[in-house]
Amino acid sequence: MAREALTGSRIRERRIMAGIKQADLARLAGISPSYLNLIEHNRRRIGGKLLLNIAGALGVEAQALTDGAEAALIATLRDAADAAGMSGDEVTRADEFAGRFPGWADVLAGTAKRAAALEQTVEALSDRLAHDPHLAASMHELLSTAAAIRSTAAILAENETLEPEWRNRFHANIDEDSRRLSDSTEAIVAYLDADADTADAASSPQEEVESYLSAQDFSFAALEADHVAPHLIDQMVQSAPQLRSQGAKFIAGLVLRQVTEDAALLKLSTLRAAVTSLGTDPLALASHLNCPMPCLLRRMAALPELGAGLVVCDRSGTVIFRKSIEGFTVPRHGACCPLWPLFSALGQPGSVIRSHVTQSGRADAPFVGYAAAGAIATQGYNAAPLMQAVMLLLPAGAGTGDAVAVGSTCRVCPQEPCRARREPSVISAGV
Amino acid sequence: MGQGEVALRMSKHVVLVEDELNIAEAIRFLLSNEGWRVETLANGATAVEVIRKAAPDLVMLDVMLPGKSGFDILHDLRADPAMQGLPVLMLTARGQARDREMAEKAGVSRFMTKPFSNSEMLDAVRELTS
Repeated sequence: MAREALTGSRIRERRIMAGIKQADLARLAGISPSYLNLIEHNRRRIGGKLLLNIAGALGVEAQALTDGAEAALIATLRDAADAAGMSGDEVTRADEFAGRFPGWADVLAGTAKRAAALEQTVEALSDRLAHDPHLAASMHELLSTAAAIRSTAAILAENETLEPEWRNRFHANIDEDSRRLSDSTEAIVAYLDADADTADAASSPQEEVESYLSAQDFSFAALEADHVAPHLIDQMVQSAPQLRSQGAKFIAGLVLRQVTEDAALLKLSTLRAAVTSLGTDPLALASHLNCPMPCLLRRMAALPELGAGLVVCDRSGTVIFRKSIEGFTVPRHGACCPLWPLFSALGQPGSVIRSHVTQSGRADAPFVGYAAAGAIATQGYNAAPLMQAVMLLLPAGAGTGDAVAVGSTCRVCPQEPCRARREPSVISAGV
Repeated sequence: MGQGEVALRMSKHVVLVEDELNIAEAIRFLLSNEGWRVETLANGATAVEVIRKAAPDLVMLDVMLPGKSGFDILHDLRADPAMQGLPVLMLTARGQARDREMAEKAGVSRFMTKPFSNSEMLDAVRELTS
């Protein structure tokens, strides 16, 4: 059923919800009950003054009776249906459902959004629990202390004739362990709470660098100049409040030197002009600008108007740079999904990989991923090249064809079956 | 437990390698009550040497230890033909499947996750040494 034809259904639902008889609404709108009946059953189109009159009589905005106001709601319902694996026919009836049962549709859409948000939280926390060394050590401490308290308390409870010396010693131990448990728990809560504040969330040098780059919107006008002063990068790194550790300063220095090298090859202003005339196809741009593909992809990610994400890995597959994009998670600590175009490129230096991808369990936001790999520097005669692969992620519109379902990392990926799975997922296992 | 049973177990010796002193104290109390002679170590560095010399009836081993990890201690023990039949009960807060697999590959006799109940631990000791 065409979405435009559903205004009648919405009028009928709103009228019934408001407890107004059909004849009364017809009278208020200045039309016959039989004509209103035809409208309510979507057999007559409605618009203009009549729509305004009916909306006024129902006490709602006219937009609430047309599809426009509910487009976001319907889109959310369709996303929820897709995520639940609902069949095509049912999915196309999302607008009918929203029209006939607006209240229930709101509840379902709200629940779907909340589930997606919680899933993201679980993903982040699971990732940390599995791979964050600080958290792992803290949890070990917590469990060990709990074990000591449990054993000692059981001894006290089950041995009524315990000698006073032992009894006193165990009481002291429980006192000591309970204080330790309290301190450890507080420390863990404080550590996890810090995540809510991006500026203080950085628990590793890599995260400090991400925080710094994000604050600069991944763009450094000073490094776009024809001549960059020798000590400029060091000054930038030393003065950045987000870069607290030596490790973060070192990594940020590497990133900024790469930006400087890239800017020498291709200014953002030049790229912006080329994108305006040629569009965002990297092959066309690289050919037009005579720019190596990895450099071009990095530069495209620095154009804020493209809203692109970027992931860079080294020859070992370790992610060494990320510019996040909503809907595509790059795990902070664990190994990434090997199905990403990034890793295809790593195995095929010189090729440019293009692939439409969606990340399972993330509302299936579509992206087009472009990836290429190349040697980062000549290390001398007969030395194996140090490779880097670069993947640019651009938001893809509807109708971009079949997308490859990829994950973030196995532990939190619900995709089944998956030929690349390394370990079970806590999500599919229902943990 | 009867006096005879305690006397029978008096000769049994366990080496407990655990850096959490209060857990070690609780286990020492429980096993001593069962007639065991309990020798405790809080550092893994010398554990293999001590165990080889002591030739105990049972080893209880934490995983995350200063000096040397429980996995490494177990690996070294199993590399010694004389220690291959020695019952080793591993007590750890690292209860993930991967840790359990690592322990089994290294030749653990029983793997127990903290926190555990005293009766669970005592049952495991009895089973391993009966």
